[in-house]
Amino acid sequence: MTDSAVRCRDLRVNLGGKDVVDGIDLDVTPGDWVAVVGPNGAGKTTLMHALAGLIPSTGELSVGGLSPRNSSRKAMSAVVALMPQRPVVPEGSTVKELVALGRTPYLRRFGTETATDRSVITSVIERLDLTEFADRRATELSGGELQRVVLARALAQEPQVLLLDEPTSALDIGHQQQVLDLVEELREDDNITVIAAMHDLTLAGQYGRRIVLLDKGSVVADGTPSAVLEADLLGRVYGARVEILERPSGPIVVPIRQEGTR
Amino acid sequence: MIKAGISQHRTAVLLGAALILCAALLIGVLVGPAGLTPDRTILELLDGIPGIHIDSGLTATQQAILWQIRLPRVVLGALVGAMLAVAGAAYQGVFRNPLADPYLLGVSSGAGLGATLAIVSGGALGMFGIPMAAFVGGVLAVFATYSLGRSIGGPQNAVVIILAGVAVAAFTNAAQTFVQQRFDDSLREVYSWLLGGLSTDGWSEVLVVLPYVALASAVILVHRRVLDVMAVGDVEAASLGVDPARSRLVLVLAATLGTAAVVSASGLIGFVGIVVPHAVRLVVGPSHRLLLPLSLMLGAAFLVLTDVAARTVLAPAELPIGVVTAMIGAPFFLLVLRRSRVSA
Repeated sequence: MTDSAVRCRDLRVNLGGKDVVDGIDLDVTPGDWVAVVGPNGAGKTTLMHALAGLIPSTGELSVGGLSPRNSSRKAMSAVVALMPQRPVVPEGSTVKELVALGRTPYLRRFGTETATDRSVITSVIERLDLTEFADRRATELSGGELQRVVLARALAQEPQVLLLDEPTSALDIGHQQQVLDLVEELREDDNITVIAAMHDLTLAGQYGRRIVLLDKGSVVADGTPSAVLEADLLGRVYGARVEILERPSGPIVVPIRQEGTR
Repeated sequence: MIKAGISQHRTAVLLGAALILCAALLIGVLVGPAGLTPDRTILELLDGIPGIHIDSGLTATQQAILWQIRLPRVVLGALVGAMLAVAGAAYQGVFRNPLADPYLLGVSSGAGLGATLAIVSGGALGMFGIPMAAFVGGVLAVFATYSLGRSIGGPQNAVVIILAGVAVAAFTNAAQTFVQQRFDDSLREVYSWLLGGLSTDGWSEVLVVLPYVALASAVILVHRRVLDVMAVGDVEAASLGVDPARSRLVLVLAATLGTAAVVSASGLIGFVGIVVPHAVRLVVGPSHRLLLPLSLMLGAAFLVLTDVAARTVLAPAELPIGVVTAMIGAPFFLLVLRRSRVSA
């Protein structure tokens, strides 16, 4: 039971009278990288929010050994961190101030900062190569730099489970790779469990060690990248024509245009 | 090295603000017709500290003016200014809205209506009851404003909430005027209160307001980091361990309680809550760790100096202090509106 970093049974989230997450079973071993894929509206973001305990859900759920329903927001945020799709950047905040927000779960009653907090902040800033940006305003950063700041903030939470909600959908191809390489490095070094909702199937196949394919709130396939990223299945779920190129680093999903339209 | 630099910088900024506040308090005490000189006044003030005895050389009349007229007025001004500025910063933080201000959200008018009802009911609630009645009025007004703004334009729409606040303020002002007309025997009392102003009757107003201001500011200051977290929006704030709905409720109640108490003592004084926090943000940035204590001190200094202006510009006549803050604040408000429109 407690061997799983994340465990859910018949997890459901009802939004506006509809089960957007419709009975999901999932066991994730610590240190794994699970890419959650699926068409728009499949429930990827909702599932991420439910796992983080940000929205009410029903069914059995345990994340990092805690149940979001019986634990305070503060306790949850010390075990699970969420990297949002488009982070909100308050005007005028510096990089260091944003990273420091990651220590919120460890704040004392009167909001004072301890030496541990300061040293964690400094070390994640160094680790993610943000030292030169530390006193810069975050609004001046590029998309890729900003995602690094948000990743640093998530790491400052010292989580066991890192949830990524389409972390690279706003980035160009180079920055997508940089951010995902960084996540992979952190996963290996710290044995952090990564669950990432991903839009790009090729990136999911390259970085995920396990792929969960969602459709209409349910799991339709769950397994290794090669097993799940399969042309017929994707064709059915996405309504797309794709070809799969197997590479040693993982499968590559290529969209093919309709024949006879050229 | 960097860390030491930043905390030294912070201490220096706080110290600077404290000096500005001391200077403002001193100016507030000195300016006026009684001919108090700085050196003698400082000695007299030191003499007031228990255990210190200095002969300041002030006459008995001058001493009475200092202790029973000037000082209470200056202290009340400082409390009101500090509270309005901190409340403004807190409202701006929880609503993620740079335009929020106790006056513009309708809190002040709601508190005014509550206080008026307490006054016309013949003081049945007693002197300490007026702030409570003002609090109830203020809370009702801020929740009306927020739920109206939310239902019309969504929680993120800064301008719509302010428009809702204008509507709520107009309605409560009308209700307040209506009540005032119906009970014309207490008209004078209500009217002189409503015009605002820091004229005091010895220390009694200060004693009524002080506990509310102390409690409300303490609650807001303890939440300085929570306010920083709330700046990233509800979803991210929740993922960082803050309960946004609960924190918003606690902060709105604290800011409204403090505002209501000072409104019940000083009448409607607008724009302090918008001018001071914004001026501070321009200099030190948006982090509430500096913004809140600086707003507290500089809000106090701002209102004390505004009061000096209000009583000297047309001396011996006195200008209502709300008129002076509005003359400074309204153009400033437009500036903030312009800036927030550009960034939105």
